[in-house]
Amino acid sequence: MKLIFERSQAGRRGSAIPNAGLPVPEVPEELRRRKPPRLPEVAEPEIVRHFTALADRTFGVDTGFYPLGSCTMKHNPRVNERVVSLPGFRDLHPLQEEEGAQGALELMWRLQEILAEVCGLDAVSLQPAAGSQGELTGLMLMRAYFADRGEADQRRTVITADTAHGTNPASVTMAGFNLQKVETDARGNLDLDDLRAKVGEETAGLMLTNPSTLGLFDEHIEEVAAIFHDAGALLYYDGANLNAVCGISRPGDMGFDIVHINLHKTFSQPHGGGGPGGGPIVVRDLLEPFLPVPAVVRKDDDFALDYDRPKSIGKVRGYTGPFGVFVRSYAFIRAYGPALRLMSEAAVLNANYMLARLRDAYELPFDRLCMHEFVLSARNLKREHGITALDVAKRLMDFGFHPPTIYFPLIVAEALMIEPTETEPKETLDAFCDAMLEIAREARDDASVLKEAPHSRPVRRLDEVKAAKRAIVRYRFGDHPDLAGEPSKGEAVEVQKGA
Amino acid sequence: MAAEESYPDDLKYHREHDWARVEGDTATLGITWYAQDALGEIVHYEPPEAGGSVARDESYGEVESVKAVSDLISPLSGEVVEVNGTVTDAPETVNDDPYGDGWLVKIRLTDPAEVDDLLDAEAYRQLLEEQ
Amino acid sequence: MSYLSLTDADREAMLETIGVASVDDLFRDIPAGVRFDRELDLEPALSEAELVEHLDELASKNVHTGQELSFLGAGIYDHYVPAIVDAILARGEFLTAYTPYQPEMSQGVLQAIFEYQTVICELTGMDVSNASGYDGTTVAADACYVAKHVTGRSKVVLCETVNPQVRQVVKTYAPGFGLEVVEVPHREGVTDAEELGRAAEGAACVLFQQPNFFGCLEPAPDLAAAANAAEALPVAHVDPMSLGLLEAPGNYGCAIAIGEGQGAGNYQSYGGPHYGFIASRSDYIRRMPGRIVGETTDTAGERGYVLTLQTREQHIRREKATSNITTNQTLLALAGLVTLSWLGPQGLREAGETCMALAEYAKERLGLPLLFPERTTFKEFAVRVGRPAQEVIRAARERGVHPGYALKRDYSEMEDAILVCVTERKRKPDIDRLSEVLAEVAG
Repeated sequence: MKLIFERSQAGRRGSAIPNAGLPVPEVPEELRRRKPPRLPEVAEPEIVRHFTALADRTFGVDTGFYPLGSCTMKHNPRVNERVVSLPGFRDLHPLQEEEGAQGALELMWRLQEILAEVCGLDAVSLQPAAGSQGELTGLMLMRAYFADRGEADQRRTVITADTAHGTNPASVTMAGFNLQKVETDARGNLDLDDLRAKVGEETAGLMLTNPSTLGLFDEHIEEVAAIFHDAGALLYYDGANLNAVCGISRPGDMGFDIVHINLHKTFSQPHGGGGPGGGPIVVRDLLEPFLPVPAVVRKDDDFALDYDRPKSIGKVRGYTGPFGVFVRSYAFIRAYGPALRLMSEAAVLNANYMLARLRDAYELPFDRLCMHEFVLSARNLKREHGITALDVAKRLMDFGFHPPTIYFPLIVAEALMIEPTETEPKETLDAFCDAMLEIAREARDDASVLKEAPHSRPVRRLDEVKAAKRAIVRYRFGDHPDLAGEPSKGEAVEVQKGA
Repeated sequence: MAAEESYPDDLKYHREHDWARVEGDTATLGITWYAQDALGEIVHYEPPEAGGSVARDESYGEVESVKAVSDLISPLSGEVVEVNGTVTDAPETVNDDPYGDGWLVKIRLTDPAEVDDLLDAEAYRQLLEEQ
Repeated sequence: MSYLSLTDADREAMLETIGVASVDDLFRDIPAGVRFDRELDLEPALSEAELVEHLDELASKNVHTGQELSFLGAGIYDHYVPAIVDAILARGEFLTAYTPYQPEMSQGVLQAIFEYQTVICELTGMDVSNASGYDGTTVAADACYVAKHVTGRSKVVLCETVNPQVRQVVKTYAPGFGLEVVEVPHREGVTDAEELGRAAEGAACVLFQQPNFFGCLEPAPDLAAAANAAEALPVAHVDPMSLGLLEAPGNYGCAIAIGEGQGAGNYQSYGGPHYGFIASRSDYIRRMPGRIVGETTDTAGERGYVLTLQTREQHIRREKATSNITTNQTLLALAGLVTLSWLGPQGLREAGETCMALAEYAKERLGLPLLFPERTTFKEFAVRVGRPAQEVIRAARERGVHPGYALKRDYSEMEDAILVCVTERKRKPDIDRLSEVLAEVAG
């Protein structure tokens, strides 16, 4: 398929800009553009065809089942797209005077109240742009809290689980803390002995998701919370797996002091091919003074932005956050009302059903009921037939499914991490399980069809080694390499020496 | 193209899957067959600076495959005398010949007694079996 | 109202397969002490029609740019978003796809990101762009982090003429990153290159904005040269809609180019979601945060696209990653790509020229004293309204016109200054109306 630059022809264009009929001031010579940027030159019909062809080569939740673990690929209701496009939201400038933005401020305030209730905590900031940014913000809050108490130099370490998503340790580093890891025991809970040995007066806090990335609820969570609180430390909840427990168990009640929520997971902001998302944080009262500025507050019947927050950590993102994401999530939650627990119950039922159907054909590392997701291992297929989790994933594409997450969490070899979500009908779950069982049979009887999969996608298996060794990361116009031929030595070496 | 599994008897080994070929007061360092096999095809080598120092049990650089990054743990302490430019330009050399052309650095030893603390081939093979 | 397909019959069959009696049994691992045993205290569920009514009511309490003649800019801009953006972003495949970790399922998204990366590199004159950052503020923090690792230095220099929100975000990230932040004041609305050069001694990077927050054109090549002389990385925060007229930062010595992409292809949407962009020289590719798409071939020799150099990222490098970023702003960056394709190089230049021409007309027509009369400006300029700006804004809004941003909100000495923004969506009569209203309400 052509790149849009390969469809370009000099002189074509899609736009017509109204001419003001006014003289154009000169840009000073030393600041003036010498050569125009080589943007595509295409008229509207070709632009539409091009992006339609790209959409045809993309698989979304709208296309089919997408069981990526801890991603919560649930259906995205179309009414949310309708309301986010209302001109009163869409065409509102973020620096509009507060009296001209009362609807936006009210929506944000209401969403804050909802999230506080769902979490069982007290104060909210909607500002962070994604879960990772929520994590970083939460860690900054921890740091500010301890600095306020004169314990900044003492509390240098944050503990994460060995099953943690990579963002947790990455966030710890970005927040300037040292990292400690705690192990998972044979039952899939945090190893309490290991934990007690590692928590001390230098501990700032714990970062944990519950249920974990194994899809298991930590049975000792109350004890875990006590260990940290007794040491004067805080608990941070990674909300990636909140879809399992809404209205069933609240992070604040579990003992967590800071929570981030992934609006693009639990509350149905569409994933958009990699974003946007939203990572609001919800905190216990004692952390409220440190929240980012401005805060969205209510004064009688009016809503306002409060900038007078002397202990705030500052600002993590422009304006009040990704407002369009708030509109969709707010609408999603308002469609459920107090019955939000139905969402989590269905998610957990769907996951357990699939687990029951697949546990014999694949290895099950932890023999428990799961929550909204579960982890299988393809280690038996590897041992007996040389078939890996990667092969299983690629072959699932031929059955019309998006593969689950593979090779994560790290503590399970040949991991397949499966999260169906609540919006899938039983027939889809059955079709996926049937495919997984068929693949287990193929591993025994016809391994090559797995090794060469996928067979039915727009491309076959792609060479990621080649892409890493010579990184072609932009179209190079006249010099664009013909990948069928040999790369020029100079190009490959240039990238290798990157800093 | 990758080599057959082997652990030459004339080398010394570190439990983090690095080897050393000791010749007088210099040593050549690299990673073992097990390490390159676990990584997959190596696509990048981040070496130390020539003239810099390396310390036993500490990282002196990195190798990367598409899906993983691995610290290179030095079995011995010393000063970097030479970096293998062949591997910088063609990192897959480590997969093809981990003990020959795929060597990573040459160092001048600062504490030759450290050699005695390393594993011999037999002990390293034993370690792998217990993995 | 829910989005669930499960019937009672389904549930029964599934519970039987699982081997438990009820859905409650599935939660038996949750200790009693943390069970939530009441209903959530949330407002009643709304049907779809009720939902639309309710959201409509909230939206109607906002005064948007269709209802008020607004000259607000200051970082978020009312540029024209072409209809094809709405049409393309509505495609469910783009809207509901995940990050393209399985490339065979996501060639459309991957190729679109590759094209976006190319467009950003072309605009900025750089060699590598990532797949987008959160917004124009966080990419500044990203750039400082890159500079710290590249230079080994931890001081960063920010010009006071950089958007105050950008500076505030950098300062918020600084303690965790171990950065010392130094600011260089403006001199009559721009930055003095010599002063910047002195501040840049021992710095990892220098951040300036072009056009700057006051709408003025900085002596950008001189600022970059001053930074380079001190061996600090010059980082330019640029307006994509200006890059049809203004030279690309990569062509005057900058190491990194960043910015807020919103003006190219996104609605204002009360501040988000939008997309930040960050692009650099090829030397820094391995320090770039976030996703990067690369070109390769498949087993049949066909060209295809994959996420590449993933070893930089959190899911592999974990605590040593170049950033913790995972979810970014792909859909909004796609809107940017579509818009810049629709504009083309001619359209981008004409849009820039129209902004500049109308802004110049506005300066004359308003007849108010300019805050920085000696400076060339792009699409924004600051005027003095002779009495506290917020009073003037209030009075003007009563007449259906929002004249612009009260600079005192960030620069305490600028009591009576308003930053007026004129995009290509304005017409001469709009400016005449602004002039009329300000004549009535200014001091």
